Amino acid sequence: MPARKRMRIASGPVLFNWAPEQWRDFHFRLADVEDVDIVHVGEVVCAKRHPFFEPYMAEVIERLFASGKQVVLSALALAMNRNERSLIDSITAMAGEASASEETADEGGEGEGALIIEANDLTALARLAGRRFVIGPFVNTYNALTVKELAHLGAVRICLPPELGRQALSALVPAMTDIGVEAEVFAFGRMPLALSARCYHARSHGLPKDGCRYVCGEDPDGLPLKTLDEEPFLAVNGIQTLSYACLNLLGEIPLLKDMGVSVLRLSPHATCDMAEVAAIFRAVADENMAVAEGLARLEALKLPFPFANGYFHGQPGAAWLKPDPA
Amino acid sequence: MTINAAASQQKHPGGKPALELVCPAGTPAALRDAVDAGAHAVYCGFRDETNARNFPGLNFSRAELEDGIAYAHARGAKVLVAINTFAQAGREDLWQRAVDDAVAAGADALILADLGVLAYAAEAHPAQRLHLSVQASASTPEAINFLIERYGIKRVVLPRVLTLPEIADLNREIACETEVFVFGGLCVMAEGRCLLSSYATGKSPNMNGVCSPPSHVAYREEADGALVSRLGDFTINRFAPGEKAGYPTLCKGRFEVAGRPFYVFEEPTSLNAASLLRELVNAGVTALKIEGRQRSRAYVRKVVSDFRRAVDALGTGGEPAAAATDALSDLSEGSRQTEGVYRKTWR
Repeated sequence: MPARKRMRIASGPVLFNWAPEQWRDFHFRLADVEDVDIVHVGEVVCAKRHPFFEPYMAEVIERLFASGKQVVLSALALAMNRNERSLIDSITAMAGEASASEETADEGGEGEGALIIEANDLTALARLAGRRFVIGPFVNTYNALTVKELAHLGAVRICLPPELGRQALSALVPAMTDIGVEAEVFAFGRMPLALSARCYHARSHGLPKDGCRYVCGEDPDGLPLKTLDEEPFLAVNGIQTLSYACLNLLGEIPLLKDMGVSVLRLSPHATCDMAEVAAIFRAVADENMAVAEGLARLEALKLPFPFANGYFHGQPGAAWLKPDPA
Repeated sequence: MTINAAASQQKHPGGKPALELVCPAGTPAALRDAVDAGAHAVYCGFRDETNARNFPGLNFSRAELEDGIAYAHARGAKVLVAINTFAQAGREDLWQRAVDDAVAAGADALILADLGVLAYAAEAHPAQRLHLSVQASASTPEAINFLIERYGIKRVVLPRVLTLPEIADLNREIACETEVFVFGGLCVMAEGRCLLSSYATGKSPNMNGVCSPPSHVAYREEADGALVSRLGDFTINRFAPGEKAGYPTLCKGRFEVAGRPFYVFEEPTSLNAASLLRELVNAGVTALKIEGRQRSRAYVRKVVSDFRRAVDALGTGGEPAAAATDALSDLSEGSRQTEGVYRKTWR
């Protein structure tokens, strides 16, 4: 068996409507975090937020490149109107340089100084077909037929949907290795569960979507939704619905590694020291830290939401099966 | 003139209908009812996880599909086979076999969602007519035209989140037919990209073909007489004594946000666009889809015949019968109906 490549750690795109300076500074800090190899930048949820981040985009990307990160520009997950479509157009238009300047998808230091685009819907996929790109978790990649097709279109890495469990991953990830597409798994953060044409943040505030006053900015980790029994259940983030619980596949890293997963995605949260989270995931992935110790350190971060890993174990996604200390 | 052609002519006086009525057939009996009630086309699926209404007691064996197609074709109606879930890793052959068998049975079109299954069908059966399922979540001209070029799809079932002007714009920019939902359940999330049900139950619409499955539903009566509906481990709604209770479909539940209990995602309404048929024709729509493969035969007969009358009235230049709209209001799931997003009430 060939020596396995080192698992890489990715920061997903910021899913929330943070203050633009907070957004910029978060990425600046990531540039200095050695444990993060890949950084996703770009507005995925709501095209109306993009103009606020846009002025800082070039600066952020340059800084990340300068520190040797692979930078992935993430495209919008749901498009219908012209504004949304033209945002996807402008993001995917940047892929031209990427395919020209990036020759090899090789170990560790892949793609230094090159920008690669992440398609998160079929609009972006249509724009990117024939070039070199990555697929985000908002595109339905459930099986080897789809992986083969996406690879044929130019996908070099695919972040799989969070609902895929161990059984599916055990079949799919090795197939991806055979096809020559890297497997990325969503490993930490509130799970993206649904997208809608309707904005639930606006609706929760009694505002129309077109006059939303950007109220999603008040909830940098999402707006908690409880059942009528007061049980926390989901989190609202504009047109997106997330899990209330925070996905945590730290304990599953040894299994993911065995399957051949290349990249672990950590989804940024405001109330969470992402550098510390990355350090813990990195240490466990490198087998420099036991799972039990990593878990204790994650718990010590006192996150404002519980952990979940149910999907991986074929359970409801909200379930938490505490990893076996052995 | 052959019998088939005669039947066909009888069904579509003056040729092509103003709007093709595509009706649900959860069972072989419902298929016959829908055809008899005037469906121009019916859609159905195999009895397994390859279709998005994988409920006990529903759907078709291979032999039943062949019989159903014979029955429909003899009466000038088409049969569309929905293979519209996402193939499970390691079990891809189940989806490929469903495609092969539907083609062999003589399906008029396959309704597909998974890019891998689309690629397989287009390559293995290049002459087969393919429709894009709503589950594929293609909502822009760029996406749809790409799928037309790559897989030769002839029709796209549009997401239930587009407004009438958006549908009209889309039809000007794409090179295939469009089909829109006009009656029945209303998905408020982008179809095919919703994990809410699996988050609560472990069963996935995309992989298992079930949303908010009955196997995970429970009701509990509280001391004060209130009825609590639950899905998996989560309370989806609480109905005061005397309040009309509904099925706990997750996105139609009542939840609490910022201390206020309300229908956060969508009220328990169902879609009825019967009053918009003329506008849908003007927007360039080819076909109307009625949701409800899980519904009763009586429901199918009633809805199909009412909509057929409305569509025929359109074809002869008349107004779609207002009577259809009124009669149909008794049949919806909750007590309320909506024209959905078509009227742009959400924006």
